[in-house]
Amino acid sequence: MSNRHYLHVDGVGMVFDTGKSKFTALVDVNLKVGRGEVISIIGHSGCGKSTLLNIVAGLTPQTSGVLLLENKEVAGPGPDRAVVFQNHSLLPWLSVYDNVRLAVDKVHSRRMDRKQRHDWVLHNLDLVGMSHAIDKRPHEISGGMKQRVGIARGLAMEPKILLMDEPFGALDALTKANLQDTLMDIQQKLGNTVMIITHDVDEAVLLSDKIVMMTNGPSATIGEICEVKLPRPRKRLELASNPEYIRARTAVLSFLYERQRHPKTAA
Amino acid sequence: MAMTAMNAAKPEIPKMASDTNSAEIVRIRPGFAATVASAMKSSPKIAGIAAVVIPPLVVTAILLLIWELLCHSPTSSLPAPTKIWSDSRDLIVDPFFVAGSQDIGLGWRVLTSLQRVFYGYGLAAVVGILVGAVIGQSVWVMRGLDPIFQILRTVPPLAWLPISLAAFRDANPSAIFVIFITAIWPIMINTAVGIRNIPQDYRNVARVLRLNHAEFFVKIMLPSAAPYIFTGLRIGIGLSWLAIVAAEMLTGGVGIGFFIWDAWNSSRISDIIVALAYIGIVGFVLDRIVAAIGNTITRGTARN
Ligand SMILES: Nc1ncnc2c1ncn2[C@@H]1O[C@H](COP(=O)(O)OP(=O)(O)O)[C@@H](O)[C@H]1O
Ligand SMILES: [Mg+2]
Repeated sequence: MSNRHYLHVDGVGMVFDTGKSKFTALVDVNLKVGRGEVISIIGHSGCGKSTLLNIVAGLTPQTSGVLLLENKEVAGPGPDRAVVFQNHSLLPWLSVYDNVRLAVDKVHSRRMDRKQRHDWVLHNLDLVGMSHAIDKRPHEISGGMKQRVGIARGLAMEPKILLMDEPFGALDALTKANLQDTLMDIQQKLGNTVMIITHDVDEAVLLSDKIVMMTNGPSATIGEICEVKLPRPRKRLELASNPEYIRARTAVLSFLYERQRHPKTAA
Repeated sequence: MAMTAMNAAKPEIPKMASDTNSAEIVRIRPGFAATVASAMKSSPKIAGIAAVVIPPLVVTAILLLIWELLCHSPTSSLPAPTKIWSDSRDLIVDPFFVAGSQDIGLGWRVLTSLQRVFYGYGLAAVVGILVGAVIGQSVWVMRGLDPIFQILRTVPPLAWLPISLAAFRDANPSAIFVIFITAIWPIMINTAVGIRNIPQDYRNVARVLRLNHAEFFVKIMLPSAAPYIFTGLRIGIGLSWLAIVAAEMLTGGVGIGFFIWDAWNSSRISDIIVALAYIGIVGFVLDRIVAAIGNTITRGTARN
């Protein structure tokens, strides 16, 4: 079924040419993501998670392998693979509304008229709970709110896959939990396909259908894939004692801290 | 390296003389505010305004007094304030009189000069921003052109005048060209540095959205580089005003620069001093206008 091959990362490798020497970041990464799946990528810092995400986004061209989206090869960045950046990357001279509007105007200019685009911006800001601050500038809102706007901007492009690079990494625990819940709600409602990078084991288990665990770099690749068969909607309180939750969590922890101990912490 | 010289033109660096002044006023303010406030307890708002306005007035009065004392003697080579008042009263009180083709108020002369600045500086702004944006796109172009720019921008404005007179064979376009060539370097260099410093994140946003070149220029490049561009524009307007006064001294016409030269030739020292005051005030206002436009437009860009 084509569903299985919605996104297909096939034999992707990445060698950075740093002038003097070559640095092999990724080797032979193979990954299949189905439509509507949430997968997370976890691994120690510096292993190549961002590199992989940027390759999928088309922002960094891979040095080997191919990328297929709905069985078509993709190269270069595009709004069908919207990115939510770790540092939000909102344009500081634009209001919350205009940041989303910029994307909507560009991506949906043919399909929607002015009024529809306006409504679509408001709708997406409403989804992430930011209707109250549409006229604020990015520097006037909190870090969590900025990420919400970043997510709204990504969603508003109606991408085939939403790529998120440690979107909640810089947030405090409470804000983070709120945003995870919002993301799960929206994904449940809209059925988005999401690829999310994280270094937080609980976040990975809570959010994902599949957890992709990466080996340490250099020459990093996918070490193991753990399926999380928890029903949705997931409630974080009830999960704490759920056997499947505990199993997945233990699997990821033992991969990260037994088999892939960080070179610096292993001593 | 050559790049360090360019980086010197960062938005924070140029501290205009006026900024230093206001900083000093701020420091003096508490003492004055206390005195004035005790005098008018009932209205703190008036006290606040007075605390800003009174110190410069007092200082100016003291300076005028010292000047008066120094130049009071009839043998003094420079006129005292009272003499300037009696000599050049018409110039001071009415900037816009017309009493003959060369006997007009200083306001008219300033406007003539401003018109030249408007053309020369306007052209420098448009060309400087466009060329700076192109240069900023490429590290190699920037490195290659940087030494040339650094040399050209130190050429004094007046040194361009003979060349431009030879090229244009007419005083007015030559003066405009001198302004253009004087103002363009800081605008171009700062724009290029600003473009270089556009964060990769913004570029990535543009790439994901597939903005085309024109959209990228208008929606990302200009706003992101705006603080740098306005630093260049602000230095540029100051240099323009310096250049026009000097250029007009040589090219003639009805500008404020030629007026000074003419006054000197007919030994009207008082008139020269009045003209200097006009030039200073207009230069200050120009600087403030560009700074205010910059602050309005870049509001929020620098902070994030
Ligand atoms: N543009 C680049 N040039 C050279 N090396 C790079 C580049 N980008 C990333 N790397 C290297 O690739 C490795 C993986 O980086 P990254 O994908 O950012 O890791 P992660 O996101 O997992 O922390 C790191 O060792 C990093 O130094
Ligand atoms: Mg990373």
